[in-house]
Amino acid sequence: MGTVEHAKAAGRFIADEPRTNWHDETLWFVRQKRDHAASLLNGWEELRERASQIKNHVLSNLDQYLIQFEKNAIANGAIIHWAADAEEHNQIVHGIIKNAGVTRLVKSKSMLTEECHLNHFLSGQGIEVVDTDLGERIVQFRKEPPSHIVLPAIHLKKQDVSETFHEHLHTEKGNNDPNYLTGAARQHLRNEFIQSKVAITGVNFAVAETGGIVVCTNEGNADMGVHAAKIHIACMGIEKIIPKAGDLSVFLRLLARSATGQPITTYSSHFHRPDKEKQLHIVIVDNGRTQQLGRPDFRNSLKCIRCGACFNTCPVYRRSGGHSYHNAVAGPIGSILAPNIDMRKNADLPFASTLCGSCSNVCPVKIDIHDQLWKWRQILVKEGHVAMGKKIMMQSMAFLLSRPKLYRFAGKWGRKIMQSVPILVSNKLNPWYKQREMPEPPKQSFNEWYKQNKK
Amino acid sequence: MNSREKILKDIVANKPVLTELTDWVAPKSIQSTTLVGDFEKLLVSLHSKVNHLSSKNDLLKEVDELRAQYPFVIDTIHAEGEPRKNIQQLDARSLESLDVAIIEGRLGVAENGAIWLTETNMLNRLLPFICKHLVLVIDAENIVADMHEAYKKIRIDEDGYGVFISGPSKTADIEQSLVIGAHGPLTLTVYIISNHS
Repeated sequence: MGTVEHAKAAGRFIADEPRTNWHDETLWFVRQKRDHAASLLNGWEELRERASQIKNHVLSNLDQYLIQFEKNAIANGAIIHWAADAEEHNQIVHGIIKNAGVTRLVKSKSMLTEECHLNHFLSGQGIEVVDTDLGERIVQFRKEPPSHIVLPAIHLKKQDVSETFHEHLHTEKGNNDPNYLTGAARQHLRNEFIQSKVAITGVNFAVAETGGIVVCTNEGNADMGVHAAKIHIACMGIEKIIPKAGDLSVFLRLLARSATGQPITTYSSHFHRPDKEKQLHIVIVDNGRTQQLGRPDFRNSLKCIRCGACFNTCPVYRRSGGHSYHNAVAGPIGSILAPNIDMRKNADLPFASTLCGSCSNVCPVKIDIHDQLWKWRQILVKEGHVAMGKKIMMQSMAFLLSRPKLYRFAGKWGRKIMQSVPILVSNKLNPWYKQREMPEPPKQSFNEWYKQNKK
Repeated sequence: MNSREKILKDIVANKPVLTELTDWVAPKSIQSTTLVGDFEKLLVSLHSKVNHLSSKNDLLKEVDELRAQYPFVIDTIHAEGEPRKNIQQLDARSLESLDVAIIEGRLGVAENGAIWLTETNMLNRLLPFICKHLVLVIDAENIVADMHEAYKKIRIDEDGYGVFISGPSKTADIEQSLVIGAHGPLTLTVYIISNHS
């Protein structure tokens, strides 16, 4: 699979400047809505701290909570499956669908199924998955992955959606009205909901104490799919567990406020027992999570509740778009999850950050995202996953910076060269010259100035 | 070794030292004198309509008006006996054209306008989602300040299914433009019943 490096892909994204600016500003607006929602709540920071503590506690006792969840879910009438990796997850889901004898089904948003490439796998088995979240349906028509975990089609403008719907749903050409387009999707997906015998959903939270799962949506698509179908398949990573029903209050207060600035999602659905003559399957998936749990520096990335706040605030994400990250989960959190699964393929992602720390500041469960990005960089260099150019550059910088005399000498000549032959740095071979003017070189170094002026 | 055993074994090998979780009391989020007002304000800001009734009897008149206005109305609050059983058995195809569903909510949450209802209230899990217009009825006495209080008052596994609903269905997936009425109801009307007679 030919993966394009983040920096190269981002270069293509920003070639369209008005669109890049729109993307940047729109996500920043979502970030501001998040700030406003947080400021309205008394005790926001205490809530984040509590959420963080609950998740830390769960990770330190995860095996016991999973066993408790399984026992209670089975008592509730659910059927539990365990999958060590994406392949097994896909096989299990396929087995259930095959047994039901269907070739078409509906699925609401699940980043886990994206991570496992379930749609692609099922399509190879002759089964068509209809994504029912509006944003996901749009990108599915376009044969693209979602570019954001909460706002899957945020990279698109309404003209793009209009064209896509004209092609697939025969809407009027050139009608870009979001109301009109959403109405067309509603009609199209209603038919899918009513016909589907099987509905797949993700899981936001799994409650060990009661053996139930909670799914949050604004559109109501998870519920439409599940209640109309005969079989509900819910796919969850092992880290979705929380201990008690009461803990939901902490997470539901944080989730939508962090994601979009809403006080809560329109629907927070609690599934415990399947309806009469129906089935509830829950697939519990590892796919690298236990390995991440074993990395002390990175294990708390598993606390993530997939709100997307770190995407919306990230200056690099906002100006490079989700597809540049070539991973199901993009953005800062994706960049610390992805190298765990495939270090070589995702070695570029921890470098797609300015390490400004904004991601860690907005994270509702207090993951030290920017610290982890920095720590991944060190591991990736040590393990030899970083391009030789970058490595040599870093080594020569280290050599230079640890030798004051040589540093001063190099600085002096650098300034002279920039003054007399600016073309040597202001040319296209120098990546720092791209999209920016080089600063005017100062006449003297701070060191020289200090020596002259100290009294 | 099957995958279940392998996953559990790997967790035991890799998990950090146990951190205990101490009890915690959430900071107060709302002044309790303004519960109904805050609840209403939130619902309106989330694109719902709010009406006040002074008793549950007044509701029947509202239901009659809805029946006069729309051809397909299901009132789960007053349904008994055979009609009640019939509602439970309706599938998606037969509910496709449902105009209005009227359902009693158990509890309302002032901080976010969410209303908790369970299968016992909705009779049929599809009703609050497949109808074009959802009408929820809530007793003013059952409005609590925040989600912490809410979860203290409800048992999430009392029924097979329960949901917090905080407005009509919506989406902003096309260029972040808010559109009310995604897959679920196009409108939500909430009747708050206060002043018991």
